[in-house]
Amino acid sequence: MSTRDWPLFEVFIRSKQGLDHKHCGSLHAPDATMALRMARDVYTRRQEGISIWVVLSSAIIASDPGSKDSMFDPAADKIYRHPTFYKLPDEVDYM
Amino acid sequence: MNTPHVEYLFRLADNSLILGQRLAEWCGHGPALEEDIALTNVALDLIGQARLLLSHAGRIEGNGRDEDALAFLRGAPEFRNLTMIELPNGFPLDGGTEQRDFAVAIVRNVLFSTFQSMQWQMLASSSDGELSAIAMKSLKEARYHEEHAAEWLVRLGDGTDESHRRVDAALKALWPYAAEFFVADDIERAMAATGVGVDPSALEASWRESVSAILERAMLEVPAPSAMRSTGKFGVHSEHLGFLLAEMQSLQRAFPGGAW
Repeated sequence: MSTRDWPLFEVFIRSKQGLDHKHCGSLHAPDATMALRMARDVYTRRQEGISIWVVLSSAIIASDPGSKDSMFDPAADKIYRHPTFYKLPDEVDYM
Repeated sequence: MNTPHVEYLFRLADNSLILGQRLAEWCGHGPALEEDIALTNVALDLIGQARLLLSHAGRIEGNGRDEDALAFLRGAPEFRNLTMIELPNGFPLDGGTEQRDFAVAIVRNVLFSTFQSMQWQMLASSSDGELSAIAMKSLKEARYHEEHAAEWLVRLGDGTDESHRRVDAALKALWPYAAEFFVADDIERAMAATGVGVDPSALEASWRESVSAILERAMLEVPAPSAMRSTGKFGVHSEHLGFLLAEMQSLQRAFPGGAW
């Protein structure tokens, strides 16, 4: 058996209730159901998560690193858009 | 001579221990990196179950044998695992030489995990409180093992000609050994009567139903019944267990009490 023909999946794990799913890696699997099981075994064996998403890597549309300047630089000098003027109470753990 | 209670716990523990060892042999040899990790995860679950059960058996036995003494210093005739569990990870199915075959690992896990999770389910209400707690913990693990193996069997059975041929051959080779799961003796009947254990013959019908459903999804036929009855759980094993133990126990035999 070979993984040559297996598609690549991206794996997202939610570490605890209320937090968002975070990308944690990728794996090869014969199909989506097996990808979910393999993600469980590969990425959550040390209690890393309580929920898993898998997405075919080919289904992700990514921004072009070459257009990074035009995509992201214009936001840099608009500090009035940056939420940096609020004092967060300590009790807000995750922002 | 073991008391029926200790004997019964050995049967449960040794199935988990020996299958854990067999699956651990896949470490570094899985058909894909992801599956290598999955198989060794299953192995670790099983070895964890064996540790709890052997420690419990050792306490009841009262001869001061701990989990390590029971796992590493018993000889083959003292082991009580089912014969199917100790069979190698591959047979010379086509008259060739013996080699590791993923189909054998998957078919065995389907047949045995389905049985084991039914057994844990029943043992969750055991009158032995410790065994009941172990069963409840192990049930979650066994259900995952069962699903993992069943998903693979469906894909291999309904996969390519080669994958179908291999799981079909593994199924035909392993099927006769499944009959031993359901052979009850005085020990199991006594344990069932006191509420400690389960009479395995009571599980046969639902096991057949579950396994047949998986085989159907996998486009495999249920093999014809066989008159063979293997006897591993009574301590009479195939030639394969001795080789497995020689490897598993070599460190403790060479360095008694060795730890790190």
